[in-house]
Amino acid sequence: MLIERKWKKWVFFYLPMAAFIVFTLFPFYWMAVTAFRPDAELYRTWRQPNATPLWTLEPTLEHVKGLLQTTAFPVWLWNTMLIAIVSTIISLICGMFAGYALARLRFRGSQFLGTAIFITYLVPQTLLFIPLADIIRDLQLGNTPWALMLTYPTFLIPFCTWLLMGYFKTIPRELEECARIDGATRFGAMVRIIFPVAVPGILSAGIFAFTLSWNEFIYALVFMASAEQKTVPVGVVSELIRGDIFFWGQLMAGALLGSVPVALVYSFFVEYYVTGLTGSVKG
Amino acid sequence: MEGVTAATAAGGRRERVSRLTRLGENEKLLAAALLAPGVIILALFIAYPFVMALWFSLTSIRVGDAGEFVGLANFAKALDDTIFQMAFKNTVFYTFWATIFKLALGMWLALILNRHFRFKRIIRASMLLPFIIPTVLSAFAWRWMFDPTFSVMNWVLFHAGIITDRLPFLSSGDWAMWCAVLVNTWRGMPFFAITLLAGLQTISPDLHEAAALDGANAWHRFWHVTWPLLLPVTLVVVVFSVIQTFSDFQLIYVLTGGGPANSTHLIATYAYQIGVGSGLLGEGAALSLFMFPVLFAVVWFQLRYLKRMEAA
Repeated sequence: MLIERKWKKWVFFYLPMAAFIVFTLFPFYWMAVTAFRPDAELYRTWRQPNATPLWTLEPTLEHVKGLLQTTAFPVWLWNTMLIAIVSTIISLICGMFAGYALARLRFRGSQFLGTAIFITYLVPQTLLFIPLADIIRDLQLGNTPWALMLTYPTFLIPFCTWLLMGYFKTIPRELEECARIDGATRFGAMVRIIFPVAVPGILSAGIFAFTLSWNEFIYALVFMASAEQKTVPVGVVSELIRGDIFFWGQLMAGALLGSVPVALVYSFFVEYYVTGLTGSVKG
Repeated sequence: MEGVTAATAAGGRRERVSRLTRLGENEKLLAAALLAPGVIILALFIAYPFVMALWFSLTSIRVGDAGEFVGLANFAKALDDTIFQMAFKNTVFYTFWATIFKLALGMWLALILNRHFRFKRIIRASMLLPFIIPTVLSAFAWRWMFDPTFSVMNWVLFHAGIITDRLPFLSSGDWAMWCAVLVNTWRGMPFFAITLLAGLQTISPDLHEAAALDGANAWHRFWHVTWPLLLPVTLVVVVFSVIQTFSDFQLIYVLTGGGPANSTHLIATYAYQIGVGSGLLGEGAALSLFMFPVLFAVVWFQLRYLKRMEAA
């Protein structure tokens, strides 16, 4: 072990660590304080002597109540959840199949296909949203959840395929061969032997895909027109600002409640998420 | 009679199953079947719209009007457009500085998190929160922190005696671009930190101890041991980050909406304003295609690099 003096540990470890924690978490604290702060206190300018921006003396639920009762927020939450779950499942199925084919089967063009799928991973949504809106309209999917359930997989499948391909390659071939000697078909061996062994990898890909869908914005903004079809990010942006007036209490309550589901999923599966995240860039 | 038909039906089914099984044993056919669902979705919603974007950009199509072929007129118009020139410059500025800060701070954070300390798991997990929480929602929190009248940052700086008058966080174009860089750094730094941390954990501590015995100080140990070993991971993370930052939309859309006076547009937000806001689909498609050469160069670099890694 390298030995370190006490003052050095303070300067090079505790202080920077504290600064990083404050920098990272303060915006969330600020979100929460604002969500529970009464309006009278909220709109006190920063120079007024009685301003106490860092905490609140009279916490209130009025913004949360207003958000849940006067806006379509619960519907947005439900939409986002449904869309995230369905597009994650679609992407996982496609990714498991494609990943297995690329990792285990020999066929012409497998290298090319692997590279092509990797490239689609790097195509940003902002390059395609204008023509894609046209395609969605032609397919009569506009303003339905399917518009997003089918387009979100475009940025999830490449990632799932690559992550799972890597995972499948680490599973010894003998496992599969044993099952095949016992009479299992190739497909059967994949479904009954390989997939169960790959559950940690599948879970990582799924958790990561879920958080990505929850975060998506521009497709949802462009494809969804009516208030009751929107997802949380789009609903908060377009429905909680009336005219030029920002209702900051409700906005922050919306931001807070909209973050809770994805934060909960994350907190239960931190390790899987980290595996997905670090695996996503290994290529 | 009934018994006979049932028997033939069962026989037929068995035959069909065995034929399917036999097809399943053919690697090429099985591969095609397994790849089909994913490839169809990607072809329909990535390859096809990309070709359409190219076509759109060469026509005067707008909402409700198919338009006609105009050659490169949309691209020429964009190059003459001062707002677009500004947007392009902003995009380069935003990508460059945000990536530098994310790399520097992310590396620092990774080195800190790589040590042993109490509550390590929970601190590491909470450090990733900015990356998990939807960007739009956290960008709203930042916008509220930058608010001209009620800004908490002004309050803190004022009471600390650092400023006497409020800072124009989002009401001046220059300030607003730096604010956007700050928020992007805040959001992307954890991604760098956690990925680099994963790389750091693969470096054997013996190397550091050996270097320390040879008299290398902390900085030398970082520069001559850690950095070279981490370089492959670093490059890949930077490539990913550059692509995402260069094509960013949500952060600026929420933070400034491109204002004040169109001074903070990125290519993507300006393309949205023209293509969706004004309904000029052809021009909007041309604007977003200006991202393509840069993204292509980055992807090309990445692929070449991967090949070299595989060859090595």
